[in-house]
Formats: sequence, C-alpha cells, structure tokens
Amino acid sequence: MIEILFYILSTLTIGSAVLTILSKNPIHSAIWLVVSFFSIAGHYILLNAQFLGMVHIMVYSGAIMILMLFTIMLMNLNVTNEIQKPFVTKIVATISFCLVGVLLLSIAMRANQSFELNYAQTGEDFQSVHVLGKILLDEYVVPFEMVAILLLLSMIGAVLISKKDKKVA
Amino acid sequence: MVNVLEIIGIDSYIYLSVILFCIGVFGILYRRNAIIMFMCIEIMLNSANMLLVAFSTYHQDASGQVFVFFTMAVAAAEVAVGLAILVAIFRNIGSIDIDNLKNLKG
Repeated sequence: MIEILFYILSTLTIGSAVLTILSKNPIHSAIWLVVSFFSIAGHYILLNAQFLGMVHIMVYSGAIMILMLFTIMLMNLNVTNEIQKPFVTKIVATISFCLVGVLLLSIAMRANQSFELNYAQTGEDFQSVHVLGKILLDEYVVPFEMVAILLLLSMIGAVLISKKDKKVA
Repeated sequence: MVNVLEIIGIDSYIYLSVILFCIGVFGILYRRNAIIMFMCIEIMLNSANMLLVAFSTYHQDASGQVFVFFTMAVAAAEVAVGLAILVAIFRNIGSIDIDNLKNLKG
C-alpha cells in the first residue's frame, strides 16, 4: 500500500517537474511547479514528517509561488516574445543532463551496498512538533536567530532593490 | 513507531532525489527565461531537502529535519532577493532573457 503510494507520488513529482521545464507559458510552469511541491509535501507526510509537510506547503506553495506568479504577471510575459535557444544549446543541455544523471545514479548504486538493511529502529518519538521544537530552540538556537536576521535583511534588500529610482532615470 | 523506509527502501528515495536534481540541472541549461531558471533552482533545493528528510527518518534523528527548516528559510530569502533583482533588470532592459544580460561581459 505504502509502496504504491510512493510510486504514484514519485511519478507525479517527476512528471510535473519535467512539465515545469517544458511548458512554453511561464504561468503554466508555475502551476506545474505547485503540483510538484504538493507531491513533495506528500512525500514528507509519507515519511512521517507531518509538521515539515505542512511547513513546506505553506512556504513553497503559499509564499514562494505567490511571489513568482506575481512577478510573472507584473512583467506581462507572453509566449510570443520568448525566443527559443539555438538547437545546439538544447542538444548540449540534453547530453549534459544524461551525463550528470548517469554519474549520480552510478555513484548512488555503488554506494548502495554500504547502507543496506541498517535501518535504525529506536522506537521513540523523534519527529513530532514537540521534539522538533525542543531541538530547534535548544541545540540550534544560534542558527535559528541567524535565520531570523537573514529573513529580515532579505526583506529589506528586496524592497531596496525593487524600489524605483527617483533621482536618476 | 514503524520505520516507513523499511517498506520503501532508502535507495528509492536516493534515486528519486538524483532524478529530480538532474531535471533541475537540465532546466537551467535548457531554458533562457530567468524565472524558469529560478524554478529549477527550487526543484534542486527540494530534491536535497527530500534526501535530508529521508535520511533523518533512516537514522531516526531529528537534526535532518531542522536542517530542512534552515534550507527553506534560505530558499525563501533567496527567492525574494532574486525576484527583486529580476524586476529591476526587467525595468532597465525590458526583458528577462538571460542572453540580453551582457553588460558585465568584459
């Protein structure tokens, strides 16, 4: 049952990721990317990381996709003014895709023997909100504060960059 | 608590993440629309995140999920600044085709 669910979710993830790249219209790409993000959230929930799945849906499908869709609509991109890359570039892209894929897959297959049947089975709760919050605010409290500063600075930076220049045209 | 990975197998998740990462690399090389390239970066970040969560379940250790939180925060910050830069570029040049961005070319 869980295996079938995993294969359905994986097909959805990979298919929508491919369609994100191959769609001509940027808005269609964004919508396929939302489908991909939702299926990845499904993977998280399948792995018993429910809180992470919810956070993923909120951050990616909520915040980031709204930002991207808003930018696409602000720029008023049409399908017609998108110029295709030259044919050689596409062939090179496909070849390098195959090369990277074969390399990484062969590395993963070679490394496969080392972690066979070593599944930890502590039996204790390790991924509920309770435990995650304790670890986040105890062991990792300094990175947590740094992330808060980073988000504040990125917000200030985004406002500063996209502000209109009034003095120099 | 049952370890779900005993049913699925950690190698399935490794292969899925590798394929997703390769799709992201392919998209970066294949498209010239800067927004689509941003989406491909998101796909690659997500593949890494998924592997972190899978190995967190594999070792029954919550630290992997904490790293995923930090990655998500960094991704959100990166997208906010990146899209602001894209808007500024679009205002100056009138397109976000990356082949038009050759002002820095020596």
